[in-house]
Amino acid sequence: MIQFVLRRLLSAIPTIFIVVTISFFMMRFAPGGPFNLERPLAPQTMANVMKTYGLDQPLWKQYFTYLSNAAQGNLGPSFVYKDNSVAELISNALPYSIELGVWALVLAVVGGVILGTLAALKQNSWLDYLLMATATIGVTVPNFVMGPVLTLIFAIVLGWLPAGSWGDGSFRFLVLPVIALGLPQLAVFARLTRGSMIEAMNTDHLRTARAYGLPPRVVIGTHAMRGAMLPVLTYLGPCAAALLTGSAVVETIFAIPGVGRYFVLGSLNRDYTLVMGTVILIAVFVILFNLIVDILYGLIDPRVRND
Amino acid sequence: MTDTLTATELHERPSRSLGELAWMRFKQNKAAIGGCIMLALVVIFSFFGPLVIRHGYDQVFPSYVTVGPSLSPRPDPETLQGVAETAAKRARVELKSFTVENGTYTAVIGASTPIDPRAVRYFDRANEFDGTEVKETAPDQMSMTLTGHVAQEYFFFGTDNNGRDLLVRVMLGGQISIAVGVAASLVSLGIGVLYGATSGYLGGRVDNVMMRFVEILYSLPFIFLVVVLVVFFGRSITLIFIVIGAVQWLEMARIVRGQTLSLKRREFVAAAEALGLTDWQIIRRHIIPNTIGPVVVFVTSVVPQVMLLESFLSFLGLGVQAPLASWGTLIAEGAKNMQSAYWQLIFPSIFFVLTLFALNFIGDGLRDALDPKDR
Amino acid sequence: MTFMSRNMRAAMLLGSLLIGASPALAEAVFHRGNSGEPKTLDSAHVDVDIEAFVLKDLYEGLTIYSADGKIVPGAAESWTVSDDGLVYTFKIRENAKWSDGSPVTADDFVYSAQRVENPETAAEYANILYPIKNAEAVNQKKVPVTDLGVKAIDAKTVEYTLERPTPYFPQLMAHMTALPVNKANVEKFGKDYVKPGNMVSNGAFKLEAHVPNDSLTVVKNENYWDAANVKLDKVIFSPSEDDAANIRRFEAKELDTVYHFSSSELKRLREAYKDQVHVSPAMATYYYTFDARQEPYSDVRVRQALSMAVDREFLANEIYNGAQLPAYNLVPEGMEGYGKGPVPDWASMSQIDREDKAVALMKEAGYGEGGKPLNIEIRYNTSTDHERVATAVADMWKNTFGAKVSLLNADVSAHYAYLTEGGKFNVARAGWSADYGDPENFLALVVSTNKSFNYGHYTNPEYDELMKQSYAENDQTKRMELLRKAEELLNRDQPVAALMNSANLWLVSSRIKGWQDNAVNEHLSKYLSIAE
Repeated sequence: MIQFVLRRLLSAIPTIFIVVTISFFMMRFAPGGPFNLERPLAPQTMANVMKTYGLDQPLWKQYFTYLSNAAQGNLGPSFVYKDNSVAELISNALPYSIELGVWALVLAVVGGVILGTLAALKQNSWLDYLLMATATIGVTVPNFVMGPVLTLIFAIVLGWLPAGSWGDGSFRFLVLPVIALGLPQLAVFARLTRGSMIEAMNTDHLRTARAYGLPPRVVIGTHAMRGAMLPVLTYLGPCAAALLTGSAVVETIFAIPGVGRYFVLGSLNRDYTLVMGTVILIAVFVILFNLIVDILYGLIDPRVRND
Repeated sequence: MTDTLTATELHERPSRSLGELAWMRFKQNKAAIGGCIMLALVVIFSFFGPLVIRHGYDQVFPSYVTVGPSLSPRPDPETLQGVAETAAKRARVELKSFTVENGTYTAVIGASTPIDPRAVRYFDRANEFDGTEVKETAPDQMSMTLTGHVAQEYFFFGTDNNGRDLLVRVMLGGQISIAVGVAASLVSLGIGVLYGATSGYLGGRVDNVMMRFVEILYSLPFIFLVVVLVVFFGRSITLIFIVIGAVQWLEMARIVRGQTLSLKRREFVAAAEALGLTDWQIIRRHIIPNTIGPVVVFVTSVVPQVMLLESFLSFLGLGVQAPLASWGTLIAEGAKNMQSAYWQLIFPSIFFVLTLFALNFIGDGLRDALDPKDR
Repeated sequence: MTFMSRNMRAAMLLGSLLIGASPALAEAVFHRGNSGEPKTLDSAHVDVDIEAFVLKDLYEGLTIYSADGKIVPGAAESWTVSDDGLVYTFKIRENAKWSDGSPVTADDFVYSAQRVENPETAAEYANILYPIKNAEAVNQKKVPVTDLGVKAIDAKTVEYTLERPTPYFPQLMAHMTALPVNKANVEKFGKDYVKPGNMVSNGAFKLEAHVPNDSLTVVKNENYWDAANVKLDKVIFSPSEDDAANIRRFEAKELDTVYHFSSSELKRLREAYKDQVHVSPAMATYYYTFDARQEPYSDVRVRQALSMAVDREFLANEIYNGAQLPAYNLVPEGMEGYGKGPVPDWASMSQIDREDKAVALMKEAGYGEGGKPLNIEIRYNTSTDHERVATAVADMWKNTFGAKVSLLNADVSAHYAYLTEGGKFNVARAGWSADYGDPENFLALVVSTNKSFNYGHYTNPEYDELMKQSYAENDQTKRMELLRKAEELLNRDQPVAALMNSANLWLVSSRIKGWQDNAVNEHLSKYLSIAE
């Protein structure tokens, strides 16, 4: 097992290298640059600025400079947020995103699995339909509608919760963003759980288990659940990625200083280094999540071996 | 099962009865059939609606900027007096009297200098009037009687902030969103299922390499991918199909791979191997059909995701180019104005949600019907 | 209020009583919404208004804008101009101090100006101070930094020598690029001098905390020369680029001011918040520029016709809900000595007559119905409002000329990169807001030698000559006359079609006292207070 993890971690290095390379060049081919502003710079000023940031060098040279710096853990200065290095910006922003993301993930997984299981057990009952209809609404309503609607109701009309910002970090500031971020994923989990649960309960060994007269709680709790968890687990990886991009919208709507907002702002402002930094971060996250998912896979379904 | 059955028969027969059984079961599922009907209605509305409503999707009605939905025709008779006054002012004449009868109006205008008969154009210019003509002119040409029709326009869904008919915009949005959703999902379905099943079934080093490739693509900054593609190949709806499909297949591939990993240890796969089927035959006949449950469930959630992704792109200015619109862009726009013009959010949202509901019920119905373990 | 915070308050009250502090119960905190995160707090690198709002609270230039937008003495108590208009001498206030208590000296200003023009600093806005003698040469590395025309006469007197008479020089001294930095402070911390804890500033406030994209907190600077008149204890800037989110936070009473929002919300906000909605005309012009390098836009008649056919009243009143004013010429109103600029003769015609004339002109040029087909692509940078304007203009051109009009949007960076790098286009949106109140700031945009801003590459030697003369002209009245003549040429040639004069949109809570709308959009927090 340890060997497996180590090997996966080692193989992550070329993955990240390729991600860095592709995104570096893709970004440079995108039109516009970090210093093309609504109010264009005078040619002389532009020349000075390009020189300062080494953007006057040939592209391949910039690439190798970036690579060697990044390999030493130096992600460079932000081209747009000039007072900070990329590492500073990301390390400041990351805790906000993680806290938001973890709560949203907990909400999505716990809520989704519970609702999905309930719906599966009462398949084709009114409860099933109600739950699935609600889940569908959760999936269908975009973040950027859910967020403002929630704010309108709970912050402006009722005045119960804040309309935005991280504030002092207390829970009331988190409630609305977590719901807006987690609800669509909750709905996906609920649907996945329901689907695979129904399937699992129809498998031969479960039928046998039931035929042998094992109590339903045991059948569902251990056997069915275990089989049903596979697609749910598989979705954890994409879900984490979705939470990352979703957080770009939610962080913007609720004025939360997280990484997602930097990714969007960085992209639109062509802040090359900041985007590279967030891309590397996203890549690391995705790889880690997939590794965890694969490990869990092995634990839950012994038929899958990791090597 | 006897020895005399050939491998082909073994695998052809269940798939034939599978289809028949599935269709029978699907027909019995009321929710799924309801979903189909709903979807058909939405498609008819979106694609054939514009034949019924004469307004163009980019036609601006300057007099009706941001008006609310209404079942009765515009203009509101009470506002006509004001409209006529404005028209007269623009024509630099004075409105002496104004009456409306049976959809025809009569206006008497006067001025201190002879009136140019072209003044009628100022009345026709307003969306409220058309066919204005000079009925009589005073001998000194200082006053004139005009008559014309009151042009009635219906805006059942109201108008947007540019004075375009929202009903027609929602129809247009439906065409584009449905097209994007279907096309991109098909792209992702095709690539994802094939890729995931192959990777999972072959396993080992191939699996490792293939999944690493997926991980790499996952970690790429999607926004840049789109920006670059849009710049190089121009902004087109087809491109958006492909780009979104190309992103969505990754999740599909992972889910299919996960299913395959557990399937390939099952007895029937081993049996097929023993019968001497090639890998490709096994993937095609055993693995892919058996992943259909989760895949169908997933596709029904991919379509909304694709539509949402498309709106996220439009949000960043990378989606369909104005004056075209998708439900996503209309909803995004409506969300910004929800407090001042609720209808701009409500109507596109209703259609969006209805469509996705329908898709979901159909997906569930298909899943129940296709469940291979029940056959 | 929770039990906890009530207790805290009681404790604070008790504390303040014990040490005999001011009897005020709560500190006066102003929650100032800002429509985006400042990219930097270094005055050498700032370039937009949202950064200026923060910086001008922290730092004070030689001159500042009063609450109603007039130039008044800031760190300088007075200044004199030599008779030839080439030498400005500023007398710095005796009691002007930095937040660490050290005096503000002439050397600080010399250092700051040299720092901005030094090519190694790579200041984005270095060109705004080019009127200073040798500034351009220094910035281009042609002469050493010490040759810059700024010198300290004594500790409290600083002298600026100019390239040419620049009557708007006192306005330039209020610009964010001309703000002083503390030499010792910058040298000690280098690039990090802008961080909380490091920064030493001379404005009414000093930096306390900064969480990028979340909040930037400044507190009253006790060492400020006018500290006695500063009524706020603390200003918290909350950055968000999402206008709708800012409005919601205003409605939830979390923000006291919101700057810059989509005009489609205007009608509703006016009904709900009445006089808390501030719309003040700005010295800014929203315009469409034609690519004069290619057919048919190289034909002056086509440009005139297209410009005439745009119903500016509709754009201003219906699309912008009255938040912008119809404009027919490039230079906005309110420039000192210029008044209202000349407008084209057709500006006074009614829209229908104008369209008749436009159709005739277009026919003469051989385009439109019966002539060569007219396919127009409008480029604009992504924004709801710009899209609405483009949609409306497309409809007008379609109806008037039977033209086929398509739209193409790109994000700000791509849009302006394309235009400044000389990309070909048909019609493109652009806007300009005044750096200083002089028509030259606008008219220089279409001089043929101005490679970066003259997107359409309009070339008219007559125009260039008039502009050149204006730079050499010392007499203010004569100079304005030259500029006016130049603008008349623009009105005739229509290299750009001015559409609207923009307005600045603010939401200002009724809690905030002392707010005055002004055309320069300058609102120092030091003039504001919180109503009880």
